[in-house]
Formats: sequence, C-alpha cells, structure tokens
Amino acid sequence: MDAVYDNLDLFWSGFLRSLGICLWGMAGSLVLGTLIAAFRVSPIPALRWFGTAWVTLIRNCPLTVVLFMFAFGLPELGINVSYYLFGVSALVLYTSAFVCEAIRSGINSVQLGQAEAARAIGLTFGQTLGQVILPQALRSSLPPLGSVIIAMFKNSALVGAFGVGGDLWGVGNQLTSAQGYDALPVFTGVAIGYLCITLPAAALLATVERKVAIAR
Amino acid sequence: MRFTRTKAILAVAGMSLALAACGSDSDDGPEVASDTDFEAGTTMAEIADRGTVTIGTKFDQPGFGQKNLEDVPEGFDVEVAKIIAGAMGIEAKDITWKEAPSAIREQVIENDEVDFVVATYTINDERKKRITFAGPYYQAGQQLMVKDDNDTISGPEDLKDNPDAKVCSVTGSTPSENIKEYLANDRQLVLFDIYDKCADALSNGQVDVVTTDNVILAGFVSKSDGDFKLVGEQFTEEPYGIGIKKGDVEFCEFINKTLADNEDAYNEAWSSTAGEVEGSEPAELPEADSCS
Repeated sequence: MDAVYDNLDLFWSGFLRSLGICLWGMAGSLVLGTLIAAFRVSPIPALRWFGTAWVTLIRNCPLTVVLFMFAFGLPELGINVSYYLFGVSALVLYTSAFVCEAIRSGINSVQLGQAEAARAIGLTFGQTLGQVILPQALRSSLPPLGSVIIAMFKNSALVGAFGVGGDLWGVGNQLTSAQGYDALPVFTGVAIGYLCITLPAAALLATVERKVAIAR
Repeated sequence: MRFTRTKAILAVAGMSLALAACGSDSDDGPEVASDTDFEAGTTMAEIADRGTVTIGTKFDQPGFGQKNLEDVPEGFDVEVAKIIAGAMGIEAKDITWKEAPSAIREQVIENDEVDFVVATYTINDERKKRITFAGPYYQAGQQLMVKDDNDTISGPEDLKDNPDAKVCSVTGSTPSENIKEYLANDRQLVLFDIYDKCADALSNGQVDVVTTDNVILAGFVSKSDGDFKLVGEQFTEEPYGIGIKKGDVEFCEFINKTLADNEDAYNEAWSSTAGEVEGSEPAELPEADSCS
C-alpha cells in the first residue's frame, strides 16, 4: 500500500473533488427530483405529462449517454461552459428521474383521504402538497431515496471521465498509467476513498430515518 | 512445406530485386525465421519451443495498435511485434493479442500474462523499476495541436500567458504529466479517456489545445481537412520501448538485435501504418539503450 501512503496528498485532493461533485449532485437532484415529482401528481395535465415524459426519457438513458450529450452535444449548439458544470448538470438531470420516482412512491403511500381533507378545508394544491402530503411522504421515501443518492455518489466517477478530471478515479488512473504504480493497491485506495463518502452518508441516512420515523 | 514457401518468396523477391516487396503481402507479414536455435533456458527458446506467443498491445490507438473490423489489431506496434515474433519462428497467425491499456501494462508483464508488450510504451525510470525495456524502437516527441485560426498559441511557453486557454490530454498519460509545468493553473488541464474526445472538444471550442505525442496528433491533423494544425517544437522526448520481464537481459538484447537486423521490415512496417499519415516523417530506428 506504499502507492497510497506516498501519494496521500493526491488522494486527498481527489477525495475533495469527488465529494464536491457528490454534494452538488445531491443538492441539485433532490430539488429537481422533488419538483418533477410534484409535476407528476399535479392536477394540471400538461405538467403531469411533462413529468412522465421526463422520467421515461431520462431514466431509460444510460448515464454515459447523458454525459456525452452534455459534454459534446451542447458545445455543438454553441453552449460552452466548463466541463465541471456540464458533468454535474448531467448527473443532476439523470439522478432527478430516480429521486422523482422515490418521492412519488412516498406520496402514493399517503392515504388519499389526507389530500381530500386538506382540499376540503380550503388549502391550495401547493399547500396541500407542501404542508400535508410531502412531510409524510418524504419519511417513507427515505430508504429508496438513500439508495438513489448512494448510487449517484458512485456514478460521480463517470463525471470524472468527461473532462473534469482530478477526482478519485482520475487520481487512480494518473498513478497507475503515468507513474507506473501497481493497479491493485491504487484502486483499493480509490475504493476506500469512495467508501469514505458513501458509508458516512448511509449512516447519516439511517439516523435521519430513525429520527423522523412516525409511530403508526 | 514452410521451407519451400520461404524459398519461393525469396526467389521472387530476388528476381524483382525488391526484398521489401514480400513485406507488403499482408497475409504473410514480416519474414518468419525457419531454423531457430536458441540457448536452452532463455525466453526465446521457450517461446520458439511453444510455437505460440502472447503479445500485449493497445486496441484503441490509431496507427499503432487498433482493432480492425475483423477484430484483429493493426498498426506500427503490431507490425514491430510481428517482426520480433517472426525472428523466433512464430507466424502472425500463432500470435495471441492481448489488450494492454496504459494502466495495466506493467501488471500483465509481471503476472506472465504476456511475453512482451509493444504499446506506445514510453521508457521512463518509474516504469523501469518494475519491468525491463528493450529498444527504443521509435522516438516520438510531445507537441501541441490547435485550431487552424488560432494565432495566440504558438508553443508550450504561450500557455502561461493565456491562463484561460484549455489544454486537453488523456487521463494518466505521460503527456498529461509533462504539460503541467507549462500551465498557469490546474484548471487549464482537461482530461478524457481517449484522444478522439480531445479532438472533438477542440473542434467544438471547448478546449483550445490538444497535446500528446506528435505521431498521434499528426493523424488528427490529416483527418481534419485543414481545421487543425501543429504548433511549436517537440518539447519532450518519448522513446517507445518494448516491455519485457524485469531483468531478462538476453531477451532484451535479442529484441534489439532483431530490430537492427530487420531495418527493411521496420521501414515497411512504418510506412504501411502510422507513416501513411500525410506529412509524417520517415521513421528512423533509434540506437538501442543498453539492456539491464
């Protein structure tokens, strides 16, 4: 494991880079996913239709294809921003479809009577969703949501391959290819780096889940 | 049977006074030695007795080692490997090709998965700690490629003055390490897994410069219909070597001698592969390093 000890600074910068991509991806996809979920249950047919189309299209595309469309398709249309922004946007877009479905499963678990009661006392759709349905829905959405977010953390390795670089995966490649280190210890180090992101995240989710659990 | 065929080819070649002609027959490949006699216990003897050889090369490097539509790798590295195999009496059809991407080249040699590796493999001290290099068999050098209408970048020293200019290379490659000292900051460097993506990024304006070995860039320039151009001098030396098991001095010396003895086949190998690119210079076999 000398390969890892000798290059701890490289691993650390790669870890921070990966963590950054993961955190931006998580924040973005949770917000966007919740919004799309709201679309899918909204009373306006056009929005429902849009939400369904979004999920169908994006959930069924491989992430590499989505990344490719961002990194190479958008510049062809004259949109030139940094690869970091392209990569994180693609990750957010892709994950939002899964987040949306996880949240929708939570929304469906809330009894219809709750929504009817909320509408009956005069709450608008937005108030019903935001103050009555979602607070209950998110609790039962947490386990699938956790899986989706952890899968996204691991997917962030793909972003590194689309011009971003400097993330854990890129560091692994740099050490093995250019500097001639043995692949096995280096990529064990990379795996440990990812575990350092996903394991605390999983523990955090478990805690949150316990905290917000409702006695039924 | 084999003897008569070799004799027939030699006769034809002798009549036309063009020995190189037999190398152009792609079915036969380079000359195959018919009576090999190696000292027992050497790698050459082992391979010659076995009658087959496993060679590591790249499957995705145009001009050097790239799989064609029939799933057979083609390129300069592949031809050089055939010359070496031929000198041990192995025909092209008895060669097993194994993919050796940059990340695992040392590993496949150390684990005996291949007999040797010919894969645009730059000789450097880090790698010498784990394997031995024969050769070099080619001397490349790193250069810059820009769009044809780019007047601001004319060499690596201009990169520091243009901190907004983005430079593209491949993750974990030697060029991506070498270029770092010419950059004003880390954000200037954009890394992909293959050079094709760098060329795409250059043409759609996401990056301003692509850098790697001149021979690889020359291929893109010739394909670009004048959209790309090379600028500046070669600012590094990238001697390509043949990777073999660490400490196998006899095999290393054998490979160096084989290359030196087969200069016609070597030149033919170059001009039929990477040397086909417009504007590329004829290859010259560099003087071999001492084996250790």
